[in-house]
Amino acid sequence: MQRNQFSIGNDSGFIHPISSDITPQAVYQQRRDLLKRIAAGVAGTSMATWASREALAQAKKPTPLTGQPSKVSGASTMEKVTSYKDATTYNNYYEFGTEKSYPALQAHTLVTRPWSVEIDGLVKKPGRLDIEDLLKYSPMEERIYRMRCVEGWSMVIPWVGYSLSEIIKRVEPFGNAKYVEFTTLADPKTMPGVRSSVLDWPYVEGLRMDEAMHPLTLMAFGMYGEVLPNQNGAPLRLVVPWKYGFKSAKSIVKIRFLEKEPVNSWGRSAPQEYGFYSNVNPLVDHPRWSQATERRIGEDGLLTKKRKTLMFNGYEAQVASMYAGMDLKKFY
Amino acid sequence: MVRALLGKPQTKLVIFTIAALPFCYLLWGAFNDALGANPAEYLIRSTGELALRFLCFTLAISPLRVIAGLPELLRFRRMLGLFVYFYACIHLLCYSWLDMGFEWVDIAADIAKRPFILVGFTAFVLLTPLAATSFNRAIRGLGARRWQMLHRVVYGIALLTVLHFYWMRAGKSNFAEVVMYGAILAALLLWRVWNKRFARH
Repeated sequence: MQRNQFSIGNDSGFIHPISSDITPQAVYQQRRDLLKRIAAGVAGTSMATWASREALAQAKKPTPLTGQPSKVSGASTMEKVTSYKDATTYNNYYEFGTEKSYPALQAHTLVTRPWSVEIDGLVKKPGRLDIEDLLKYSPMEERIYRMRCVEGWSMVIPWVGYSLSEIIKRVEPFGNAKYVEFTTLADPKTMPGVRSSVLDWPYVEGLRMDEAMHPLTLMAFGMYGEVLPNQNGAPLRLVVPWKYGFKSAKSIVKIRFLEKEPVNSWGRSAPQEYGFYSNVNPLVDHPRWSQATERRIGEDGLLTKKRKTLMFNGYEAQVASMYAGMDLKKFY
Repeated sequence: MVRALLGKPQTKLVIFTIAALPFCYLLWGAFNDALGANPAEYLIRSTGELALRFLCFTLAISPLRVIAGLPELLRFRRMLGLFVYFYACIHLLCYSWLDMGFEWVDIAADIAKRPFILVGFTAFVLLTPLAATSFNRAIRGLGARRWQMLHRVVYGIALLTVLHFYWMRAGKSNFAEVVMYGAILAALLLWRVWNKRFARH
């Protein structure tokens, strides 16, 4: 296995082979899981479906996508990167099922080409942007961000993309465009979870204009030196590292510029639990659990104590000024 | 034939072994990093679900022995009930240790502040006297009628357990499993109401 730019020092925990050597990690893990299940005598019906999925997974070898290390302040943490296996098999992507393992198993049906993003609302230049054009809007950067899920676990992921502001600048929003709304694909034909009513589809998220223009707000096209796997929100997704993970909308098909604050999907589903801002904040409890600590996925061993959650997920120096004077308990 | 099989002394050992297997798997899995990316969460969730499943099995004994005419099933009820308590203990241990690092102040705060944890903890507290009085000496000591009355608390425990599960899932709109277990327990409890009122003794 060769080392690439993600093999920083001895303690990055991440060694990724060149693309031609890759057994997609999901497939490798599925094989191991299957062998374990056979040993436990419960393989049964999972074999047939697994076999067809493996065939499909084999057909899609990941395409490399790399970028220059970003110069944006705070864009590259030195913390240990989460393993590719964990980052691609432990996902919340309800469009493909509500279990963490389902997106990796089911997302092979997602069609990522052709793909375009509709630009709508209060802009001078609305229209459709093709993914192939979007890929060239700005030089790709490599950014290593912490990702904190509202459920209380976190990861460190090396994304590849560029600041969302590069797109926003090109479409020229009007002065009264105070908010940006993002819509995820919701195709019941290719996304089994969309046939369920666990959420009102399509998945919608939003940012205030200053949050959307912040250099740390990333439009990601890849991770770990490759294009995004389907289960991680291919072919492009938002990453807002100082907010809970559900704010980082996946598989974006529409970006709309509005005057009024949009209602996001989780805020619509459970407004007492999920707010519009959803900034990572150890001092503001979730109604059902405290947010003061988190479990870093892959961190040495089962009995390791949970780590303390950081204000704004450790990006306080870069983002706190946007919320100066704001009651974060009220605007959760 | 089934009755003869159920009556054999070895059958109890077989059922005990099967009931203990999930615990053995979880223990093995914990030591061999085979429980996925978030093993602590998996352990807490699995042990809770196991306690709930065994609660269903335990409450299913009485309806089954009446409907299927298998009085021998009663022999296994105490063991299955104790497995409910066993998995509930492991569930509480996993939460206290893996989630809360045995910080008793934090745990007490959680119980007081979070309804679903309060409800779950109450269910556990109520289970304890049931487990403690499950042995022959306790039955003799309490007398049949008082023992029966005490153990009817299991119905309240069933309700608290479903509430605990529901509240834990509340913000996620993911209620399929909650509804399933709720329906099973409702059926098992309603059978008792029906049986008392309409069946001949």
